[in-house]
Amino acid sequence: MRSIFTAGAAALAGTTMLAGMAFADAHSNLSGTLRITSDMSNPGPRAVMESLAAEFDEMHPDLEVDLTIVDREAWKTQIRNALSADPPDVVNWYAANRMTPYVDAGLFMDITDWWDAGDYEGLDSVRGAMTINDRQWGIPYTYYQWGVYYREDIFNELGLEEPETWEQEIANCQAILDSGRRCYTIGTKFLWTAGGWFDYINMRTNGFDFHMALGRGEVEWTDDRVRETFANWRQLIDMGAYIDDHQTYSWQEALPFMINGEATAYLMGNFAVDQLRNGGLTDDQLDFYQFPIITEGLPQGEDAPTDTFHVAAGAQNVDAARAFLAYVASPEVQTRINGPDGLGQLPVNANASIVDDEFLQQGFEMLSQNAQGGIAQFFDRDYPAEMASIAMEGFQEFMVFPDNLDDILNRLEQARQRIYSE
Amino acid sequence: MSVTAPAVPHAPSERGWFQRNRMTLTPLLFLLPGVLFFAVYVVIPIFQSFQISLYEWDGLGEATYIGLGNYQELMTDRAFEVSIWNNVKWLVLYLLAIPAGLFIALFLNQTVVGIRLYKSLFFFPFVLSQVVVGLVFSWFYLPREGILNGVLAFFGLEPVNVLGDPTLATYGIIAAGLWPQTAYCMILYLTGLNAVDPEQIEAGRLDGAKGIRMLWYVVLPQLKPATFIAFVVTIIGALRSFDLISIMTNGGPFGSTRVLSFYMFEKALSEYGFRMGYGAAIAVVLFLIMLIFIGYFLWQMWQDEKEARR
Repeated sequence: MRSIFTAGAAALAGTTMLAGMAFADAHSNLSGTLRITSDMSNPGPRAVMESLAAEFDEMHPDLEVDLTIVDREAWKTQIRNALSADPPDVVNWYAANRMTPYVDAGLFMDITDWWDAGDYEGLDSVRGAMTINDRQWGIPYTYYQWGVYYREDIFNELGLEEPETWEQEIANCQAILDSGRRCYTIGTKFLWTAGGWFDYINMRTNGFDFHMALGRGEVEWTDDRVRETFANWRQLIDMGAYIDDHQTYSWQEALPFMINGEATAYLMGNFAVDQLRNGGLTDDQLDFYQFPIITEGLPQGEDAPTDTFHVAAGAQNVDAARAFLAYVASPEVQTRINGPDGLGQLPVNANASIVDDEFLQQGFEMLSQNAQGGIAQFFDRDYPAEMASIAMEGFQEFMVFPDNLDDILNRLEQARQRIYSE
Repeated sequence: MSVTAPAVPHAPSERGWFQRNRMTLTPLLFLLPGVLFFAVYVVIPIFQSFQISLYEWDGLGEATYIGLGNYQELMTDRAFEVSIWNNVKWLVLYLLAIPAGLFIALFLNQTVVGIRLYKSLFFFPFVLSQVVVGLVFSWFYLPREGILNGVLAFFGLEPVNVLGDPTLATYGIIAAGLWPQTAYCMILYLTGLNAVDPEQIEAGRLDGAKGIRMLWYVVLPQLKPATFIAFVVTIIGALRSFDLISIMTNGGPFGSTRVLSFYMFEKALSEYGFRMGYGAAIAVVLFLIMLIFIGYFLWQMWQDEKEARR
């Protein structure tokens, strides 16, 4: 059985083949060097990436895996040079619109055939995030939910419940303010945190489809529906719901407000949990709820940013790259790398199991059952880069000077007309 | 360059071409590596920037020629306007480092016990990396924990969030930049003061000059070379202010602290920047502004050379 497959492997490549078989078969005939450049530079992810490379290397005696790890922030600007001159075989990046420049420039390999061939069984739900121009350009390996992380103990002390509607949210916030605290901590120095708030208020006010249409430049920023989003946002700002001086803080510098109990909640990605726990909060003090409903009857959309692997268009060892991607996407590897000793996030493979963690379990349940609107990547990944940077600057200004709204929206509309016409 | 005639005339056939021209060739050969590197790393990139600024290019794909389109867009770009004005603020206020440096230098130009220690302490901020200066100052300005607000609170004043206020943030950063720059000007003046001729001071004193008049008419004219260098380094320092902005505010709040160099970086090279042509156009504008000063410096130096040769 095995030998037949080995003999016919080359002929079968690119045709329908079950992932498991391709996998078993790949053991014997991969050779040469597989060069991976990864941005998983933080200590936890780095260990995960190193173990993946080492294990894949061990599985294929004739293959040498050459792993380079680049600082995660630096990679955001280095990837361009890395992909254009002497590219590695496999690289890390992000899903959705963030792929566009590299797809347009022909630097990512079109791997639609591999998806069609069944290499990535169990990844169907995330296929959309990897799609541009109806083709697939990579595979995801991890994702995480966004939502409101709050101080359960303070909620209990004030007798508050997790809000499900905007009215409850506002009422809760008023009670929190009356107790001398702020409702939300946030640090907008690097702008993107404000993008998260816009994502949620806009998706809840006008729906996921509207939010995406705005991202595609099909709606004017001066549209009344956009204004409604900002009007809802302004309710919170006028109440004094956010901490003061948030424009001076990074998202990490805003954490102490929640840890000290000066603010009770944080709209954030799940990566904040680790930091909050390190800051001394126990799981009894922390909890999570889905962003409340604003417009009744709209299916909820959720932010769940996805990190990805891609094959460079100029890859030397395409066979090995293909096998590596299939290996990363397999349920066993997915379970392990997203597990408690790994990234501590959600696996992308439906057949993988999820860590026994209060927040990830809730997040997974929310994303699989309560996000019928759709799954967004995040403001600066769904919207074109330039639009996102100009808009997020506007959001920050709005949060400090809400009266400047007209000026901000006109500016964004001007930018929209220029950016999407190109 | 004149070739010195050999004392004993040789037959021309005995000397090679190189031998005959070596007085001309030797300096050229010594200049060659420098000229080569200067051309490859400075001159050619300048012209490349000019060229790229006429294109719409994301740094990866095909570049499309759009003529002066980028410059037209700059004219209506508010962020660009803000950046230019901030550059002007930097240029003007940064010059405060020169009188401040002079004052400290005059103050330290005396012989008391441990003066070397004091001098090095005053020079200390210049040794620090700009990144460290930026971090220290951003902590100093912190809205709640910062020393600045502690002091204000002590005097019963309202707290200010210097770096979070779009009208104050740029001044806050310039103040941080002045700290090391003052130290730099101080060291220039200290060395200059060593060269001041004591006989002229003596003569001035006999003529009854003292205090401000002594400084203005006797000491300062002798410090002219130091003042010129201080002016040059301060102007250059103001125009390349980048690290402090990047560290302290990242261009914010809402882009109010950008300067041209930072805006160029944001548009062309940062996480969200994919507009090489637009960035290059900003760089060209910055280059033209610098050119005014560079032209003045070169002209000044040339004048001094002429003076010295006469």
